[in-house]
Amino acid sequence: MKKLVILGAGTGGTIMANRMRKELDRDEWDITIVDKYKNHYYQPGFLFIPFGMYKKRDVIKPKADFIPYGVNLIYGEIDRVDGEKNQVLLQDGVILNYDFLIIATGVKIFPDETPGIKGKLWHKKVFDYYTIEGSSALGDFFKTWEGGDLVLNIAENPIKCPVAPLEFVMFADAFFVERGMRDKVNIKFVTPMSGAFTKPRASKVLGGLLKEKNIEIVPDFYIEKVDNENQKIVSYDEQEVHFDCLVTIPVHKGDPMIGRSGLGDDMDFALTDKYTLRSDKFENIFILGDAANIPTSKAGSVVHFASEIVFENLMCAIENRPLTGKFDGHSNCYIETGFGKGALIDFNYDTEPLPGHFPFPGIGPFGLLKETRMNHYGKLLFRWMYWHILLKGKEMPISAHMTMAGKKLHDI
Amino acid sequence: MAEKTYAGVTINVDEEGYMTDSSQWTKEVAAEIAKEEGIEELTDTHYAVLEFIRQKVSEGATLTIRAIGKSGHTDIKGFYKLFPGAPLKKATKIAGVPKPSSCV
Ligand SMILES: Cc1cc2nc3c(=O)[nH]c(=O)nc-3n(C[C@H](O)[C@H](O)[C@H](O)COP(=O)(O)OP(=O)(O)OC[C@H]3O[C@@H](n4cnc5c(N)ncnc54)[C@H](O)[C@@H]3O)c2cc1C
Repeated sequence: MKKLVILGAGTGGTIMANRMRKELDRDEWDITIVDKYKNHYYQPGFLFIPFGMYKKRDVIKPKADFIPYGVNLIYGEIDRVDGEKNQVLLQDGVILNYDFLIIATGVKIFPDETPGIKGKLWHKKVFDYYTIEGSSALGDFFKTWEGGDLVLNIAENPIKCPVAPLEFVMFADAFFVERGMRDKVNIKFVTPMSGAFTKPRASKVLGGLLKEKNIEIVPDFYIEKVDNENQKIVSYDEQEVHFDCLVTIPVHKGDPMIGRSGLGDDMDFALTDKYTLRSDKFENIFILGDAANIPTSKAGSVVHFASEIVFENLMCAIENRPLTGKFDGHSNCYIETGFGKGALIDFNYDTEPLPGHFPFPGIGPFGLLKETRMNHYGKLLFRWMYWHILLKGKEMPISAHMTMAGKKLHDI
Repeated sequence: MAEKTYAGVTINVDEEGYMTDSSQWTKEVAAEIAKEEGIEELTDTHYAVLEFIRQKVSEGATLTIRAIGKSGHTDIKGFYKLFPGAPLKKATKIAGVPKPSSCV
């Protein structure tokens, strides 16, 4: 029997388990997937929890429900990969041999990287919402909060879903307007970037939206520490911003397992060929999703597009053919802007987000880079599609490669 | 694409003034770009950081302020003192490499 091992049963790992089991003959191929947790979290849903829009049960389901029959699911902590020996070592001593390996261990937040985040105000006045614990604690806090300086800070790029912090402050604006206390809440968006977003045109449009909503942008702020005594965040060049409630997006890194395996860079992101999605280190290892160090967004939509390329190239490798799949970095993100509206951006390695219509030129139904009601429904629909179509590796109605159809180059 | 002349040499740059051909870089070119960015004199530490950035970029690594802070040439606070304001943007411009796109 030949062996395929998949590390991580999150978005990417689950998609691949489904696709590969369908493709590979059961008499010839054993497929094993490993994860340390029994629950699958719909991470985009973490954004909605602080505002009481989703409950925990909307975003958590057992992982086992999504792993197909005929795939071995092992719960355990991965210690490291030994690429020379084609082995995966689990912390409890189990050793898994493989012919091919897919790494989809994602990234996570490391609050300890910034002094003071986990100080005495942690989960009292300082929150993250990139974990279920953080977003739930923040939801409880908001229930009785009487207002003050609400500061959102991005510690360092890259982060998961780079638009999520923007959505957070726009949701907060709508939330406090609806509660009749917006005049008591001062919302600040404090970022190490020089504007609202990384790509110029989207930054202009999204920055404009924040301004309209009376959300102040504090750019070029690279946090050094949180001063718990005085409720301030302090940057390396000694700027200070006061907070009554700090919502932090802490430093993101890959799983330390990547570093222990010698497969990553200094942030434990796995070194990956950005076109073939193969590991730079070993020919029989592919990297899918957030874990890869490729220059595109760390987002579920990207994982989905990339999974088609990993599938194609893994099949090429298995059948001893040259790799034909070429990833273009396609990313497609709905952006919640509050009050039942949303925006949408679609881009890749070479093309920044542009205005226009999606997916059908001139028709839509989704509007690119502008606020519409339809885009908000798109995001809500995404949760349904995530659980029912995407994880199961079924066809989605959007192509893996970005298209220029429907996009306008000169509009803003 | 535009051109600029530094230290008597014609250099290709993009709209924002970042060099598009890293091989055209010399220490003299760096010193002149630094002046435009408000840094009067480049010290040995400046050059060590610039060389570190050039090497990282040539290896295809994503460049972060954190990585420079761990480079052994300076810490993050020191990096801010060397290239005041927006250190990563300034330092990459002076190092003759593309503007960092680590943040997507
Ligand atoms: C607040 C928030 C909002 C978001 N919003 C959006 C959005 O609107 N749209 C969008 O497209 N994306 C969004 N995302 C991003 C999206 O959720 C991720 O990009 C996607 O889930 C990444 O999939 P993955 O398979 O790479 O990693 P994950 O789904 O994170 O899976 C990684 C798995 O690996 C396991 N693992 C890691 N290390 C080990 C180990 N050593 N041993 C055992 N198991 C291990 C983990 O337990 C985990 O189950 C959002 C994310 C967050 C946090």
